[in-house]
Amino acid sequence: MIKAGFAGAALAALLATTAQAQIANNALKIGVLNDQSGVYADIGGKWSVEAAKMAVEDFGGTVLGAPIQILSADHQNKPDLASTIARQWYDVDKVAMITELTNSAVGLAVQALSAEKHKITINTGAASSDLTGKACEPYGFHWAYDTHALATGTGGYMTKQGGDTWFFLTADYAFGTSLQADTTAAVEAAGGKVLGAVRHPVNNSDFSSFLLQAQASKAKVVGLANAGLDTTNAIKQAAEFGIVAGGQKIAGLLYTTAEVHGLGLKAAQGSITTEGYYWDLDDKSREFGNRFMKRTGRMPNMVHAGTYSAVMQYLKAVQAVGSDDADKVAKKLHEMPVDDFFAKGGKVLPNGRMIHDMYLFQVKTPEESKGEWDLYKLLATVPGPQAYFTFQDSGCKLTN
Amino acid sequence: MFCIPYVKCLPLIALYGQLLLGLINGSFYALLSLGLAVIFGMLRVINFAHGALYMLGAFVSWWLSIAFGIPYWGALVLAPLAVGVVAVVIEKTMLHQMYRLDPLYGLLLTFGITQVIEGTFRYFYGASGQPYPPPAALSGPLNLGFMILPIYRGWVVLVSILACLGTWLLIERTRIGAYLRAATENPVLVQTFGINVPLMMTLTYAFGAALAGFAGVLAAPIYQVSPLMGTNLIIIVFAVVVAGGMGSILGAIVTGYILGLLEGLTKVFYPEASNIVIFVVMAIVLLLRPAGLFGRAA
Repeated sequence: MIKAGFAGAALAALLATTAQAQIANNALKIGVLNDQSGVYADIGGKWSVEAAKMAVEDFGGTVLGAPIQILSADHQNKPDLASTIARQWYDVDKVAMITELTNSAVGLAVQALSAEKHKITINTGAASSDLTGKACEPYGFHWAYDTHALATGTGGYMTKQGGDTWFFLTADYAFGTSLQADTTAAVEAAGGKVLGAVRHPVNNSDFSSFLLQAQASKAKVVGLANAGLDTTNAIKQAAEFGIVAGGQKIAGLLYTTAEVHGLGLKAAQGSITTEGYYWDLDDKSREFGNRFMKRTGRMPNMVHAGTYSAVMQYLKAVQAVGSDDADKVAKKLHEMPVDDFFAKGGKVLPNGRMIHDMYLFQVKTPEESKGEWDLYKLLATVPGPQAYFTFQDSGCKLTN
Repeated sequence: MFCIPYVKCLPLIALYGQLLLGLINGSFYALLSLGLAVIFGMLRVINFAHGALYMLGAFVSWWLSIAFGIPYWGALVLAPLAVGVVAVVIEKTMLHQMYRLDPLYGLLLTFGITQVIEGTFRYFYGASGQPYPPPAALSGPLNLGFMILPIYRGWVVLVSILACLGTWLLIERTRIGAYLRAATENPVLVQTFGINVPLMMTLTYAFGAALAGFAGVLAAPIYQVSPLMGTNLIIIVFAVVVAGGMGSILGAIVTGYILGLLEGLTKVFYPEASNIVIFVVMAIVLLLRPAGLFGRAA
């Protein structure tokens, strides 16, 4: 009896240590790497760090007996700096997974570096569809949205509504060009035509010259293939130049509740946007939205909610395979369906793209809005398989 | 048609529109670099906090309207005053100790102050900024035939020119300005004539800062009132001051307008380069005339 007890205890101890041993260095570290001080500091920023922390707390703070830690850093929108931080996280701090990665130039750089190091990235902040297209990697996942989904949603809808000629104001880097290319495809597929485009530097505060060119083009829709503070400044100045009053429409192609809130409904009303999440969609989204609000003083957008969803799913995968080994976890992430407040019936394609429903919204007028964060009316739901590239069309060269 | 061979052709009418826009941006550059030039010319301080003070001006106007319902016109007077008061505090508590030291110390101090101010605002207000509409009397576009000019932007040009002219007159043509210039050359001698030089230094810094705050109020209805708005502009403004000749007031004004125009043209003919053209010009000027366009060689 005593012997059996000892044996049982020894076995339990052995099991405990083996479970422990599956997590390298006895702590599972997750890195949140994004822009925390620049143009994209509100689209993701420190709010995404909070979302990741919420996921860890909701998971219970430990996985397989090891504590879970969140590390965070500001990459200042510099791919070289981001790579240096990622390298240090992997080599020195033994980080197992990096998430968020707002800014497509950063996202592409860190995803490639991580694949080299056999580490998983789950990108929730960057937009370029190249992440799971020609630049896809076996360890790279793309979670919340991408340029193709934004283009299909906003571009397709507005073209069908009669906005069949477009002029783009495009942020001059990987993200902007990708968004413009995907939107052009969506516009042309819906029978529209692109009349011209102008590329502007990122973090450009004055858009008047570009807006004047857009106005002169006589295009029915002025597409803003930019993000963050660039989008808000462009929309605010478009009002000054009477672009909308003159009959042209503005399409903010990446435009979340963070920007709409910053701009105010008076300036933003009536504009169309595509997001993967809105806090006031249903009971589950409201529950998360309200908890996030209590914690941070603002409602989450799709990047924040997506970061929560990604971290949660990653932890579930680690739990399920009983290890933080990147190959095993990546395999599990590809297999597991995603079903949470963020994605209903979401699934991960072989290229790492998590497909889920996207929503087309119209920004409310000040009269329609009943509160500070009552910003959107739902126009349509774009089903996941329509919103995203199929694996075959994505341009990803990975074999199934 | 106006053509740059191998790049792009533009109808003359569209070109006028773009030139006018360049003039508007030039007004902001002139107004901001003017404040910097006054501070550097009189105090020999490279005021890196200028962008933060500009941002502060915009935030004060937003705050006045939210908290007290004070409209734009009130903010135009009160916000620069408030920024001036902040500047007095900075000068009295920290900056005045830097005058006797190498200008680098002043630069480092003001750089640190900028980081603190911007960081604090970013913490409380985030990066996407606050909305601030233009006053009703100045909102709406005006059709000039060759372009749509927002009335508010026309107002900005007008007010900036007046402010620049006023400052230049104050420093170059009045008795106070003469004292100030004398105090820069030889503070001890001026003090022996019974003039309170430390007070003049404080007021000069406050005046330069108030100019930045004034530019901030003017900018609030155009740009998002964001903690980042100063960072975006300050580097350009430094380039303007350097190209114009450090400390030269006329140089700062004229160069501000010229570079605004040049940047405006770049935005049409080669937009990708629009954020570096000013630095290219600065580099060329420094190569050919190290003291700047209007600077006197030391």
